[in-house]
Amino acid sequence: MIVELGHYSLVLALILAILQTVVPFVGVKTGDDRQVAMAPNLAFAVFAALAFSFTVLTWAYVTSDFSLLNVVENSHSQKPMLYKITGVWGNHEGSMMLWVLILALFGALVALFGSNLPPSLRAMVISVQGLIATAFTGFILFTSNPFERLSPAPFEGNDLNPILQDVGLAIHPPLLYLGYVGFSICFSFAIAALIEGRIDAAWARWVRPWTLAAWIFLTAGIAMGSYWAYYELGWGGWWFWDPVENASFMPWLAGTALLHSALVMEKREALKVWTVLLAILAFSLSLLGTFLVRSGVLTSVHAFATDPTRGVVILGILVFFIGGALILFALRSSSLSNGGMFHPISREGGLVLNNLVLTTATATVFVGTLYPLAVEAVTGEKISVGAPYFDATFVPLMVPLLLAVPFGPLLAWKRGDIYGAAQRLYVFAGIALVAGLVTLWFATGAPVLAAFGIAIGFWLLFGSFAEVWQKSGLPKAGLSKAAARLSGMPRSVWGTAFAHAGLGVAVLGIVSVSAFQQERVLRMSPGDSTELAGYVISFDNVEAREGPNFTEDVATFVVYRDSDPIATIAPAKRLYTARGMPTTEAGIHTTGFSQVYVALGDPVEGTDQIVVRLWWKPQVTLIWLGPVLMMIGGLFSLSDRRLRIGAPTPSAKRRETLAAAE
Amino acid sequence: MTRKQKRTTVIFGALAMLGLAVALVLTALSDQVTFFRTPTELLAAPQENSGRIRLGGLVETGSVKNAETSGVEFAIEDANERVLVRYAGILPDLFREGQGVIAEGTLQTDGSFLADTVLAKHDETYMPKEVADRLKEQGYWQGEEVSATQ
Repeated sequence: MIVELGHYSLVLALILAILQTVVPFVGVKTGDDRQVAMAPNLAFAVFAALAFSFTVLTWAYVTSDFSLLNVVENSHSQKPMLYKITGVWGNHEGSMMLWVLILALFGALVALFGSNLPPSLRAMVISVQGLIATAFTGFILFTSNPFERLSPAPFEGNDLNPILQDVGLAIHPPLLYLGYVGFSICFSFAIAALIEGRIDAAWARWVRPWTLAAWIFLTAGIAMGSYWAYYELGWGGWWFWDPVENASFMPWLAGTALLHSALVMEKREALKVWTVLLAILAFSLSLLGTFLVRSGVLTSVHAFATDPTRGVVILGILVFFIGGALILFALRSSSLSNGGMFHPISREGGLVLNNLVLTTATATVFVGTLYPLAVEAVTGEKISVGAPYFDATFVPLMVPLLLAVPFGPLLAWKRGDIYGAAQRLYVFAGIALVAGLVTLWFATGAPVLAAFGIAIGFWLLFGSFAEVWQKSGLPKAGLSKAAARLSGMPRSVWGTAFAHAGLGVAVLGIVSVSAFQQERVLRMSPGDSTELAGYVISFDNVEAREGPNFTEDVATFVVYRDSDPIATIAPAKRLYTARGMPTTEAGIHTTGFSQVYVALGDPVEGTDQIVVRLWWKPQVTLIWLGPVLMMIGGLFSLSDRRLRIGAPTPSAKRRETLAAAE
Repeated sequence: MTRKQKRTTVIFGALAMLGLAVALVLTALSDQVTFFRTPTELLAAPQENSGRIRLGGLVETGSVKNAETSGVEFAIEDANERVLVRYAGILPDLFREGQGVIAEGTLQTDGSFLADTVLAKHDETYMPKEVADRLKEQGYWQGEEVSATQ
């Protein structure tokens, strides 16, 4: 009965979403204030209906209601409670439910916090959100209904794919979706601006916090997914340039560009058309990601279902939204006025460079991801484009940007002084140079490129704080005065510094692991030991254990440094009984920023040996600490007074200049 | 600088960036693309397939054995041919005899295949899509629809 209520609530959500699309739009077009005023309530209602529906589905999982096909296929009564709940989105239908739920959440948040928006703009944004919600709720109801019953109900379910039974997976999809789907707000704002034919600095001010929030979640989601793949798949890799990873990385790149161009628009009223285009692109790439992952054109751990009708329907939705948005853009963008001019060497110029590089880099990732699909469609030849392609295109394109990052915040708006900036940066360039030389000196035989990479990392890490350092007036000003100055600084300055430094930290980790990691694959018997990167690692024993829904063989390795035992590592081979599926649980010991990583292979038949793969991963955790710093930077910016108080009405004088500009 | 000069600078910068990107992409696509081959296709034209290859087929039953010191050997087969694969790493969890697999690496002069990556499925009902498509073309494998439905 409760399940039918959930199903009914989903149908209700579809109808309400249609109303959410139509009523505010008609209201704005006919100037009917009552219809415009209905927009927020409709957004709340859609969210409430979807939230109820999602709760019911979760309830079915929690109580192991095996009369539901979806629960049978993805759950098991013996599964730990946490994975019963996260199993809701560990499958196609449930993850689409999460997708629309988050979409509706963002619609409701605009309704809630948008009271300082002009009513017609808010209504229009909510209407566009409603259109997206209509498309995806319809998609779920007609092709991927999670409330389908199964009769007779079996006694036991098929269990969730064991590699998805992990805490990392529990939080990775919700974070990723909060980011992905968060860009829908930017998209809706862009479409609303195009329909209204009016856009100004205030628009950028409203859009930026949403972009920033979505970007923070997307950063968290990608970093989480990367760490999950690193420890759960047992391959020791943190990024595979897998099409599914690229699907989340492309919106991140476009979103990062959008954050920066919206800054120019907010401060200088320039790059309006470009910012609108980026807002459309960021969400279009999110939709593309959803299509790639959900349609089954790619095979990967994320490809839950390959029902061809679903792929066609998502492709239809994709073409409708992206195509429609771009046509609208082509027709209406000329109505948006152009803003202030600037010298190429200026803060704006720096941000344009940022946008140029990020969008070009996005394009190379796009080509590499879709080229195999295009080739197969045209010639039937099956090819794959892997890491070497991205190393040869994406990486060299990013280098100039990484070098330029510390300059950006030091340049003034309109016309910057690059020599002045260089003068303030030479100390940091010196630090970077020393770091590079030290790398060359200590790591004998280190490739020159690795030293260059380390130097770039240090340059970013320290150079990012140049603006803060300069504003503090240190060392001349003295500590107390400097502290006063720093606390009075806008939070966004700290935000920029942390986000850019985080990029540097991630670069350091990436370069260090790529250049200096050590790997050994060997057969070991209990009692054997081997040497790795100055540690002695000895294999003690293997022990069989019982888990809640699996059995496992746990091996014990002891790590010695100078013949003192410093850590025990326990990698395991698990067999999930419901599916009869084995998985590898890597054993990891973290020391400083570095890790010793042990994965078990198969036992060698006829002996007591096991194939063991050992890695030394120097500074590997920096790869994920970098994104954490970026998120902290994002939070600082989000808490900046300018954004917190929303968009104030422009002063009378400013309104005059705005009018004059138009 | 005049308004026009400023705009020209930005446009030239953008074009230079795009040109660089196009050059990098084209070079990379001509060098770095990995072709998918079945054993039959691979052995039909060994010279043309001297670069990096993804070799896909079924793991021949009874062919998996540990090499003398380290690593494993197994054969990948399709309807007509078999290729001996040597691999030094750890086989994926779901690597099993008689099931679909993809080995990535290069063909050696002695006709064996040296793999640096071996991919099996992530899920027990999953068959690598390329492998399933080709084996079906050959009429060698008529399993259930390629499906990762869990």
